Amino acid sequence: MRPAEFKNPEQELVRFQRRLAVAGGFVLLAFFLLFARFFWLQVVRYEHFQTRAEDNRISLVPVVPNRGVILDRNGVVLASNYSAYTLEITPNKVADLEAVINELAGIVDIQPKDRKRFRKLLEESKNFESLPIRTRLSDEEVARFIARRFRFPGVEIKARLFRQYPQGELASHALGYIGRVNDRDLGTIERNNAEDNYRGTEHFGKTGLEQKYEFELHGQTGFEQVEVEAGGRAVRVLERTPPLPGNNLLLTLDARLQQVVEKAFGKRRGALVAIEPSTGGILALVSMPGYDPNLFVDGIGSQDWEALNTSEDKPMVNRALNGAYPPGSTFKPFMALAALETGKRTPQQAISDPGFFTFGGHTFRDDKPGGHGIVDMYKSIVHSCDTYYYVLANDMGIDAISNFMRQLGFGQRTGIDIEGESEGVLPSQEWKKKRFRKPEQQKWYAGETVSIGIGQGYNAYTPIQLAQATAAIANNGVMYRPHLVKYIENINTGERTPIEPQPLRSLPFKQANLDVIRQALVGVNTEGTGARAFAGAEYVSGGKTGTAQVYSLKGGKYEHGKVQERLRDHALFIAYAPAEQPTIALAVLVENGGFGAQSAAPIARQVLDYWLLGKLPRDAAPEFGEEVEGD
Amino acid sequence: MTEFAFRPREWWQKLVAPIDPALLAMLALLIVYALLVLTSASPERLGNQAINLAAALVAMRLAAQVPPQRLMHLAVPLYVAGVLLLVAVALFGDVTKGARRWLNLGFMRAQPSELMKIAMPLMLAWYFQKHEAMLRLRDWAVAVLILLLPVALIARQPDLGTAVLVFAAGFFVIFLAGLSWKVLAAMLVAGLASLPLAWTLLHDYQRQRILTLLDPEADPLGKGFHIIQSTIAVGSGGLLGKGWGNGTQTHLEFIPERHTDFIFAVLSEEFGLLGASFLLLLYALVIGRGLMIAGNAPTLFSRLLAGSITLIFFTYAFVNMGMVSGILPVVGVPLPFVSYGGTALVTLFLGVGILMSIHRNRMLVQK
Repeated sequence: MRPAEFKNPEQELVRFQRRLAVAGGFVLLAFFLLFARFFWLQVVRYEHFQTRAEDNRISLVPVVPNRGVILDRNGVVLASNYSAYTLEITPNKVADLEAVINELAGIVDIQPKDRKRFRKLLEESKNFESLPIRTRLSDEEVARFIARRFRFPGVEIKARLFRQYPQGELASHALGYIGRVNDRDLGTIERNNAEDNYRGTEHFGKTGLEQKYEFELHGQTGFEQVEVEAGGRAVRVLERTPPLPGNNLLLTLDARLQQVVEKAFGKRRGALVAIEPSTGGILALVSMPGYDPNLFVDGIGSQDWEALNTSEDKPMVNRALNGAYPPGSTFKPFMALAALETGKRTPQQAISDPGFFTFGGHTFRDDKPGGHGIVDMYKSIVHSCDTYYYVLANDMGIDAISNFMRQLGFGQRTGIDIEGESEGVLPSQEWKKKRFRKPEQQKWYAGETVSIGIGQGYNAYTPIQLAQATAAIANNGVMYRPHLVKYIENINTGERTPIEPQPLRSLPFKQANLDVIRQALVGVNTEGTGARAFAGAEYVSGGKTGTAQVYSLKGGKYEHGKVQERLRDHALFIAYAPAEQPTIALAVLVENGGFGAQSAAPIARQVLDYWLLGKLPRDAAPEFGEEVEGD
Repeated sequence: MTEFAFRPREWWQKLVAPIDPALLAMLALLIVYALLVLTSASPERLGNQAINLAAALVAMRLAAQVPPQRLMHLAVPLYVAGVLLLVAVALFGDVTKGARRWLNLGFMRAQPSELMKIAMPLMLAWYFQKHEAMLRLRDWAVAVLILLLPVALIARQPDLGTAVLVFAAGFFVIFLAGLSWKVLAAMLVAGLASLPLAWTLLHDYQRQRILTLLDPEADPLGKGFHIIQSTIAVGSGGLLGKGWGNGTQTHLEFIPERHTDFIFAVLSEEFGLLGASFLLLLYALVIGRGLMIAGNAPTLFSRLLAGSITLIFFTYAFVNMGMVSGILPVVGVPLPFVSYGGTALVTLFLGVGILMSIHRNRMLVQK
């Protein structure tokens, strides 16, 4: 063993200094290693990191374009935009949302409904999106928040454009509304390869024209090259590609006419569709009651939503396109035309009406006890004789009827530029086979054909189908696809693209046959069931009343039962004018309105008075007029 | 009692007497550089840092006045107190951010692990001085135990950064004391062999940090964010840097902790390879001066102490810059003399003061 004691201090010091030198060498080596690393990062890989730092720094921020506005045919604004301040929270930048919202409530007014809406948005959205806790801040609220902004990281004020429907409920079912983009909308955007253009877009058309013309109205999203912080907050704008505003829609619809109709309906439920027969342009599309589309713009409150959806009046249903009603006696002129075209009747052939028709042991009654006496085609329409059509329907058979009616568009979607239109029901043997499961129900019974003749039974058509068929008669069999948009206006170029009338088909009806029917329809309004409503009119019009049974309907879709008022018949009226060169054709339906002559015809009169003479009704139509001849 | 007389010249001489002008000049350069970087990274903290610096300089001056012989007396009590406080932390410490590092003394919160950075080299230097005459293997073993006990306590808190620094401080003493290369090699092999075991002892987040170092892009917005963004900052600085106050990574808040642990990213981004090399040079000068003081120190105690303290400065610098430039895992080690923060600064300048004291007392014994 080597003794360790009594080391030489000099030797000791040398040994220590040797160790120090080793340590010093190690330090130099380590520093050289660091230098090599810095050299690698800062010289060899400089471009790579330089690019990444730039990518960090600069972010492309989408600038959402102004949504196109919607104007009626005379330039009345139906949908527009306004700018307002919103207070927004980015959830993933806030640790305790509830606490922050409570604190914010001390600065700006935050109602329980705001919190509810925010929670709903939170569930539907991704965490990194900023979501509004309050919209439409007052200037004072904005100032108060700005002064305390530093206390609220992740909360900011944004100026946003909001959709506004200045006419409120007017034409709400035609316009539809926009709401926040949801998963279904994202699917639509993807299918249209529009993801890029929808970066930053928060609203999407949900129904009506807003939905159908979403991609026209949206516009071209612009971009800002923005220098951003790690947190994503923009520091300054480096470059800007401005957005191009969306296209404007100029409608065929006449807002004032629409207003006349909606006023005429008052509190009654129903629908009216008025069409320009020579183009298919929709002049009025009414479904009553309506709703205020403004409620949906920044997320509808649950209370409002609840109210709209549970209301017995079903304000969210677009009755004009989705309500399927038996047409009642308004079906008769089309039946008569079918009889002429198929050679089953001549105009002169008459029946002696005893007031009823018996078939297979069942008696079908006419409205008029004792009957209408000797009835030819003209009289059958003018006075709305049921027996005539019981017999006629029985003679024609169901398939001949349905084949004819199909040409006029009954039981098919019209193709109007609004999504979700219903088909209705055009009864036929084939339809029944498909509709029912049990073999005994699948069979068509000849007795069922009888009531088809007077527009009852399985018949169920939407008001727009009825209006379209009326327009077809008024336009001598030339049918156009109904449409609401007349022009699409590109405000960037000022270019207006007209929506050309789309001819659906030219029905090969004999002019003589059409004339018979049109004469009879004029007769209705001069000496028949519509005469009272059109007394003193300064123009010649054609029309037909109708009453559709609600009670004892077999296949009808609209069975509100229970309340007595809701068991009343639906009142219908179809009309066109002027008789020679019609510029308007319409169908109107008043739910549970009783006789068509009583409640539906006066509305049609107001429409025609306004459209042809510019005459405004003195006051809204009374709910029930005096006694008139029934149909 | 002498009569009071106004003699500013004499007072000044008394004040500066224990101070090593060379070391202070190098540190002054370093400090000016650091304040320049801090002004860009976080100007609002400049005032506070000035106060921290003043406190640190006072600590340095006080330490510089204490002769090494007096320091020797402090070694054992400081070490024992440090270990006891660490045990107390383990038992009653406050938990902050998941780690139990602080001891609430009622009037203040103390972090005893910081004390260990000084107490550890003192203790071991004292120990080797005491056994100067005869060093058997058993004595080395005891030295290793003295080293590992507090390191283990600190690592358990967990505070890996401080544990590394305390371990390094003690290890340097043992190394400089002349532990044979054979044993060193054996320890290295044993250390490597026990790595898998060490891995299992690490906390999840510590393992994660090591994994992150190996592949930061695995979670670029989460665990990899710090390291990715700081490497981008360093790399995008290029040769000459983006210029003072122009670092985009810095000013757009992509660098977390940019005034403390990651301040080197700011420096590199704004001053480039040139600025980073200048910093390396300043550190090399300070370390060189420290090693020189150690080499000239008269006693084993002061040699070991001075050597260890100097190498600790190196460890701080190397670990921090290695971490920021992405070659070492993220541990909480500040950039010495540069990072914002009072505690580290005071500890470092205490070390500087001790160096100065050792330097000043080199002749006294020899004569």
